Amino acid sequence: MEYILIFITAIFVNNIVLSQFLGICPFLGVSKKVSTASGMGAAVTFVLVLATIVTYLIQHYVLNPNGLQYLQTIAFILVIAALVQMVEIILKKVSPSLYQALGVFLPLITTNCCILGVAILVIQKDYDLLQGIVYATSTALGFALAMVVFAGLREQLQFSKVPKVFDGMPIALITAGLLAMAFMGFSGVDGGLSRLFGL
Amino acid sequence: MNNFKIILNGIVKENPTFVLLLGMCPTLGTTSSAINGMSMGLATMFVLILSNLIISLIKNLIPDMVRIPSYIVVIASLVTILQMVMQAYVPDIYATLGLFIPLIVVNCIILGRAESFAAKNNPLASICDGIGIGIGFTLALTLLGAVREFLGTGAVFGFTLQGENYGMLLFVLAPGAFIALGYLIAIVNKMRAQ
Repeated sequence: MEYILIFITAIFVNNIVLSQFLGICPFLGVSKKVSTASGMGAAVTFVLVLATIVTYLIQHYVLNPNGLQYLQTIAFILVIAALVQMVEIILKKVSPSLYQALGVFLPLITTNCCILGVAILVIQKDYDLLQGIVYATSTALGFALAMVVFAGLREQLQFSKVPKVFDGMPIALITAGLLAMAFMGFSGVDGGLSRLFGL
Repeated sequence: MNNFKIILNGIVKENPTFVLLLGMCPTLGTTSSAINGMSMGLATMFVLILSNLIISLIKNLIPDMVRIPSYIVVIASLVTILQMVMQAYVPDIYATLGLFIPLIVVNCIILGRAESFAAKNNPLASICDGIGIGIGFTLALTLLGAVREFLGTGAVFGFTLQGENYGMLLFVLAPGAFIALGYLIAIVNKMRAQ
């Protein structure tokens, strides 16, 4: 039950993009077409779950026992950068078709703040490894959902006549604002669910 | 280009938020009030100036192949220093900005300036570029924070200008961030077109 609560909260109530403002750069940058948006969503899901597992292990088995918590930021960003490189090399060797689909997005992911953000959040929220994995998976799915919905909206937006000064980024931001407003409709669902499950 | 021009360039012509559209996560995430926006801008400026200085000093020592990872290590070390200083002297602001302080590491403005400016220019010019871009970013965040705070609660920097009943709470919440920034960029576009 607890895992279902984490799952629903991370996807809908505290959506990583639309209510926590992490991963805005790819959200605005590669959301012009649904196909690229879903590719980016898949790549982020893959890396985010891996990165969360690795950073969790590093925090609990390397940093904490040695009293090195202050190295968290440096250690995590280096691990994530190395991990992304490794995933790229392995994918190229093992599954060229998947590499073809995700390849272009992988280098962009190192500076995607939702990876580092989620890795730090899992430590801050004091989750255990399984909770952390569930949280990372559902956060990534929430990111993919927001990307795909927003890309769909922007595809339609191309056919509408927009005032010249609003063309491009301003109208995209206002659209994102309306989408965020729609997601606000989910607020309170987490409270109701935890009452329902008796947590 | 003299140094004063470099500073001005960062504030107006290459304003990171309104013109280059970089570093959107902290721009949207920390501007629920003017004071929060300003603190975030100043924190980023601190890291930006020092990272520009250090990178322009060591640029000839770094092999080209590993330059991006080396830049990231420099920036991450500076962010760790910033985290410790803020925790010690301004714990309240540190608590409000929360996650966004460690996330300065992945702010694309800082890595972008390191790669496009500090790696090609002398230390003094790099410091000026850091100051200019830093001021531009701080001004943009303060402006966005002030607009959101005024529309949301009727106050600016905590001083009430209008009764609380007039506030549209939406602008303090997440959707208001997107909408307010969209309108501000449109206004800047209009001013630049003239």
